[in-house]
Amino acid sequence: MHATSTLLTPATSRQPRSYRWRVVDIVIASVIGVASGLIFVVWNQAYNPLSGLLTPLLPGLQALLGGGWLFAGVLGGLIIRKPGAAIYTELLAAVVSTLVGGTAWGATILVSGLVQGLGAELVFALFIYANYRVYVALLAGAGAGLALAVNDLLLWYPGSAAPFIAVYTVSAIVSGIVVAGLLSWLAMRGLARTGALSRFAAGRSSRTRV
Amino acid sequence: MSLIAPPRGDRAIFRINPVAKLASALLLAGVLILTIDWVSAAVALACEFVLVFWAGLSLKSFVLRTLPVWIAAPTAGLTTLLYGQPAGAVYWAFGLVNVTEGSLELAIATTLRILAIGLPSVVLFVTVDPTDLADGLAQVVKLPARFVLGGLAGLRLVGLFLGDWRALELARRARGIADGGAGRRLLSQAFALLVLSIRRGSKLATAMEARGFGAPVQRTWARESTFRGREVALIGIGLAVALLAVGVSVALGSWNFVLT
Amino acid sequence: MTPAAAGSVSGASVVARGWGWRHAGRRRWAVDGLDLRIEPGERVLLLGASGAGKSTLLHALAGVLGGEEEGEQRGHLLVNGAEPTAERGQAGLLLQDPDSQVILARVGDDVAFGCENLGVPRDEIWRRVTDALRMVGLNLPLGHPTSALSGGQKQRLALAGVLAMRPGLLLLDEPTANLDPEGVLEVRESVARVLENSEATFIVIEHRVAVWQSLVNRVIVLDAAGGVLADGHPDDVLTSQGERLAAAGVWVPGRGSGLVAAGRRTSSGTTPLLRTPGLAIARTKAEIIARDLELDVLAGTALALTGPNGAGKSTLALTLAGLLKPAGGAVLASPEFADGADPEPIRWRSRQLLSRIGTVFQDPEHQFVAATVRAELAVGPRALKRPEAAVTARVDEVLQRLRLDHLAEANPFTLSGGEKRRLSVGTVLATQPQLLVLDEPTFGQDLRTWREIVVLLDELLREGTAVVAVSHDADFVAAVFDREFRLAGRTGAAAPLITSGVVPR
Repeated sequence: MHATSTLLTPATSRQPRSYRWRVVDIVIASVIGVASGLIFVVWNQAYNPLSGLLTPLLPGLQALLGGGWLFAGVLGGLIIRKPGAAIYTELLAAVVSTLVGGTAWGATILVSGLVQGLGAELVFALFIYANYRVYVALLAGAGAGLALAVNDLLLWYPGSAAPFIAVYTVSAIVSGIVVAGLLSWLAMRGLARTGALSRFAAGRSSRTRV
Repeated sequence: MSLIAPPRGDRAIFRINPVAKLASALLLAGVLILTIDWVSAAVALACEFVLVFWAGLSLKSFVLRTLPVWIAAPTAGLTTLLYGQPAGAVYWAFGLVNVTEGSLELAIATTLRILAIGLPSVVLFVTVDPTDLADGLAQVVKLPARFVLGGLAGLRLVGLFLGDWRALELARRARGIADGGAGRRLLSQAFALLVLSIRRGSKLATAMEARGFGAPVQRTWARESTFRGREVALIGIGLAVALLAVGVSVALGSWNFVLT
Repeated sequence: MTPAAAGSVSGASVVARGWGWRHAGRRRWAVDGLDLRIEPGERVLLLGASGAGKSTLLHALAGVLGGEEEGEQRGHLLVNGAEPTAERGQAGLLLQDPDSQVILARVGDDVAFGCENLGVPRDEIWRRVTDALRMVGLNLPLGHPTSALSGGQKQRLALAGVLAMRPGLLLLDEPTANLDPEGVLEVRESVARVLENSEATFIVIEHRVAVWQSLVNRVIVLDAAGGVLADGHPDDVLTSQGERLAAAGVWVPGRGSGLVAAGRRTSSGTTPLLRTPGLAIARTKAEIIARDLELDVLAGTALALTGPNGAGKSTLALTLAGLLKPAGGAVLASPEFADGADPEPIRWRSRQLLSRIGTVFQDPEHQFVAATVRAELAVGPRALKRPEAAVTARVDEVLQRLRLDHLAEANPFTLSGGEKRRLSVGTVLATQPQLLVLDEPTFGQDLRTWREIVVLLDELLREGTAVVAVSHDADFVAAVFDREFRLAGRTGAAAPLITSGVVPR
């Protein structure tokens, strides 16, 4: 499998597209969800001290940290490329983080996971699950960020003043674009180069045919 | 719930279908989330402190498991205190900080509400075995079996991931790149973990397919997931606590619907 | 033993007619132009050089190659006259990696998994589970956690899971490659017992022929260029193709490793690099695995760390390598070896380790940090701040020495098993450490890579590098090492301890 040839497969491959989930899709989506959930646990612990630093700078700025909980859905969507992938991985990651770490957000994390996954999912759906270029990834990150802001402001900071709401929403979207969008896209590309995604369209479209 | 060593115990709570635990935690959360007032949260919290004695965990593991809740609740409360909607008397104002009578009340309510929602769901999940949860989700809730079992099989890899993580750490020291740049190293390590986990996942998928997983056959279940009296009772308790909290709050006129 | 456990099923036939498979995104066909007929009940050992498509064929027979999204098929491949994907459960496949085959958390559930998927009624499932566990000799409660099993037990568990489906075709893809000698025996015995009681057709891939030779009555050698290279009775094929097979990396019994016994190294010094007064080792602080380990690592000599599973060989190696903190006592470097650094390697900076102790991990993938082979080899010299010209020169030298030059721009994760092993050794050689610590370097390797490792280590020893390696591989220990340090096994989790002295060879 070494790069002896440089014949590129076209980005939109001629292989038949199927929206049905294969077993490998389900298992890899689960693995991404579980691994992301573990990263969420680490992030949960880092969140309180970090937000303690950011909040005094400008209240609402702590939403910049939100991206740490949003990448699972975008990454899952980018790799699996089937309807529901973003929701499933984000939701599973949320569940795993609750089960493993025990979070303060309790059962409501299921709702947060669902809503945040939906934010990314809608963007992938908008491009009818056929476009996975970098700008789509950034948009999906932004979608997840917006969903996070709406969810948090309703659930955790109800009755906040308008400036707080504005700062929080913008921060969440920025964080979604950079952490969930850009980092996930780079991770997807890196993974494809390692050959780990050879059973996925994501692993074939960005690799040379050998 | 521990993913590596599943919980075991003789007390009734261990035998209750995890779906019922999930349902009652969600029910309570779903109701408390509707209002932001200290009365409903305080009532729910009081009930929970009585019920925790039947939760099947020692004081030590209670403190250990719920620690994140105890930290997060006052933190969120503080945020609300400083930046919440101002109302009534102003105690202190500095830049965007505006501590008022209204924001103080909101802050207390927020803190109590997070405790009241967070504690029961953490406590109820300590005694959940993932295998039983999956059985329940697929058989009782009728979620798609392929996804539930895929998720369950994925969970089992957690132990391997932890071992990988430690090996990755040691290997980076051996490679001479562990002296500085913690942030970059962490990212590279997370990426390597992702590569290894997807490799393992691909092999696991093949092993599962080789055992007929995903075959177009009506699947049977080796063990029945039951939902009987004690499950209904647990949900009933959750409902009773929720109703009591709402009732007292409305009666005292402190109900404060979140969207208004 | 109840013959019903697997015997009630009659063997399946296998027919390939001009069959080929190409993975999506590849140019080369993994298998091509294959014509083959295997009769019900035949016992087949499948051989061939790496890249000949043995695994692809087995996966295809099990119906797990994936659909049109994943590749392209031509010709026909039939199990009992039907497409393998049409009849799930007819073929049972056992894979190489024990860790990735455990699906569920409890022993009973894991065996039952296949039956559930095939829609077997509940009462029948548990009957089959008990039968299958007895057949593979796993005497454990059904609720026993699968995470607590050894590698050999995990493979037998997976075999039980396969047997419970009552397959007419039993497929084993290098089932013992990742096991220690004890685990290999366990699995082999279980399979032998199954075959005695079953009429199932049996196909196994394995590059260590001796393990399976007595259990098979036919050997098929696949040609890397497509088709079949040789096919017939084991003795005939192994005699006529022996040399060719050995060259392709297959361990052919009676041919040895093909290495001329090297003359005794004369340079073996007596200067100790490391001493371990009262050393106790542990993975985590709470759990001490062994204590009072006293050993010397001498310059220019090879020390093998051996002993049963769980005795702490890897932990000891990583402790000697300055990666794990001793739980008691100390690892002390001689002043010449420390060369100005602290006497305890665990206190050395990551960079200071590079020119002193190089560690090769059991899984090469754990130590890869760069996007190309060349960059991977440059990581160490760069961390030492060597001038760029020196880095390039050293990297080129290592690339050539390990025959990786044609792969310089490839991503390390995409290499084959043997290439990954060579690269992991190369990353360490790039900074020329005085001591090399290796964890199971020959694990799962074919004969070719095995020979290369032996020759390379011998050269390094002659150049004066000291070598410490963990190994289960008696041939390897005999071929390379001057001394052996045997760790005795732990009898119970609560009873740590034990050691024996260094055995001069």
